[in-house]
Amino acid sequence: MTAVTADSQQAYETVFDAAIAADERIEPRDWMPDAYRATLVRQIAQHAHSEIIGMQPEANWITRAPSLRRKAILMAKVQDEAGHGLYLYSAAETLGTSREELLDKLHSGRQKYSSIFNYPTLTWADVGAIGWLVDGAAITNQVPLCRCSYGPYARAMVRVCKEESFHQRQGYEALLALSRGTPDQHAMAQDAVDRWWWPSLMMFGPPDDQSAHSAQSMAWKIKRHSNDELRQRFVDICVPQAESLGLTLPDPDLRWNEERGHYDFGPIDWSEFQQILKGNGPCNEQRITQRRRAHEEGAWVREAAAAYAAKHTAPQHGTAQNDTARTGTGQLGTGGNGEATA
Amino acid sequence: MGDDALVLSQRLGEWAGHAPVLEEEVALANIALDLLGQARVLLSLVGDEDELAFLREERAFRNVQLVEQPNGDFAHTIARQLYFSTYQRLLYGRLAAAPETGSADLTALAAKAVKEVAYHQDHAGQWTLRLGDGTAESRTRMQTACDALWRFTGELFLPVEGLDTDWAELESDWLTSVSAVLARAGLTVPDGPRLTAWSAGAGRQGVHTEPFGRMLAEMQHLHRSHPGATW
Repeated sequence: MTAVTADSQQAYETVFDAAIAADERIEPRDWMPDAYRATLVRQIAQHAHSEIIGMQPEANWITRAPSLRRKAILMAKVQDEAGHGLYLYSAAETLGTSREELLDKLHSGRQKYSSIFNYPTLTWADVGAIGWLVDGAAITNQVPLCRCSYGPYARAMVRVCKEESFHQRQGYEALLALSRGTPDQHAMAQDAVDRWWWPSLMMFGPPDDQSAHSAQSMAWKIKRHSNDELRQRFVDICVPQAESLGLTLPDPDLRWNEERGHYDFGPIDWSEFQQILKGNGPCNEQRITQRRRAHEEGAWVREAAAAYAAKHTAPQHGTAQNDTARTGTGQLGTGGNGEATA
Repeated sequence: MGDDALVLSQRLGEWAGHAPVLEEEVALANIALDLLGQARVLLSLVGDEDELAFLREERAFRNVQLVEQPNGDFAHTIARQLYFSTYQRLLYGRLAAAPETGSADLTALAAKAVKEVAYHQDHAGQWTLRLGDGTAESRTRMQTACDALWRFTGELFLPVEGLDTDWAELESDWLTSVSAVLARAGLTVPDGPRLTAWSAGAGRQGVHTEPFGRMLAEMQHLHRSHPGATW
């Protein structure tokens, strides 16, 4: 939007505001305020980064999963997360950024990922607790995003939520097997829930009166509910589930409030949350170092793919070789040179 | 065959979160998952899958040594995959086409798995081309990997009990297929020995390479720590 006059700028804004008011979807080629675009890039990128970093705590247990069935479930889940990362980077790219640029911002610490993935997975039960609580919190956050005003993001969320719900049920079922297992297994499950409960509540973000972006995001219908509303909804869902799991939640203040029709719960330690956001959580350093290392150590592979593509898309080579190179599943990484989608 | 699939799946699972590009996170996990699925079917034909996977010691595993080789760099992983999935595709193809080769259960598995391993072979072949015919560095790495793993490929064609197929013909088809991919990638077909005295039939007899024991220790630790537990 170069050389837009004040009048036409006003006209664009009017159209945009009307679309938002009418609950219409904003699409990539529509005009949108710069701040709306920037907010979406920030949020979708952070979401994509969370899927990618979120592979690490769970992948930590792939090689040690205690049965082949659980190993298969976990592998499928981590694979889905990489897929979600791909959808989300694509959604972000519709806003005029690129995956390379976003990854660079992640690696240099200029963009964040969800604070939850800075906690370590210390036992097998953590994998179940992540499925039940962390994916549960993610779903509570993401289901309203299926109605988000930005079309590509909303559509990505529909696909992501379907798979996430499946993972969440599997996590619950894994915890249930432990809870009903030997005393050692039950203790392992309880310990995991004790460690993951509060960090899961922090996933909804700071309280409403301290949330910098909330008001604007709600006005733009990117967000549909406040952090505290979603957090309350999550607690209300989890308490009966914990009971049926035969596990307790580590909060002495947790009790049903007849008057409100909700569970009351204890205060969250926001200083811990702030420390993690600042990079001082238990695994911040480890997570980002592993991500950077994978990227750096993979550079020669991406360069090879790009060099190959450059050689074999040159017209003098004819088409036979290209056609062969493109057969298959489209899952070959080509370092973003576009060949996989050609 | 079940051990081959299980062990290679375990190795590929180690890549999760470490792949050079996101698409490869998906692809490697996908292949690992296919192989794990095959392993579960095959082990279940013999006994309890978890008992077989988690309670046998190193000397009781019958996988070929190729699949237990450490991941190394991406080129090593791709070379291992090219060698193994070409073998698997040819073997499953024969099993599916000629039921007398193995049992009925095996034929049914082969008919389903041959589609999966065709994709694995395609994936490995595509990457062999890209690395072999990419940059100078990728070419060197790919050639090094192909050479390093070559010594483990002879074992693939030693007769397996219960599988009545023409192993010499299988080997010759394998050589033709692998050589063609390497040639297209501008790589040299390695010329080292493919069956040496020390490695002859070793994996199938339960004699493995050093890294294998450590891999099993990691894989089995949790299961063994809770005897009799269900998960």
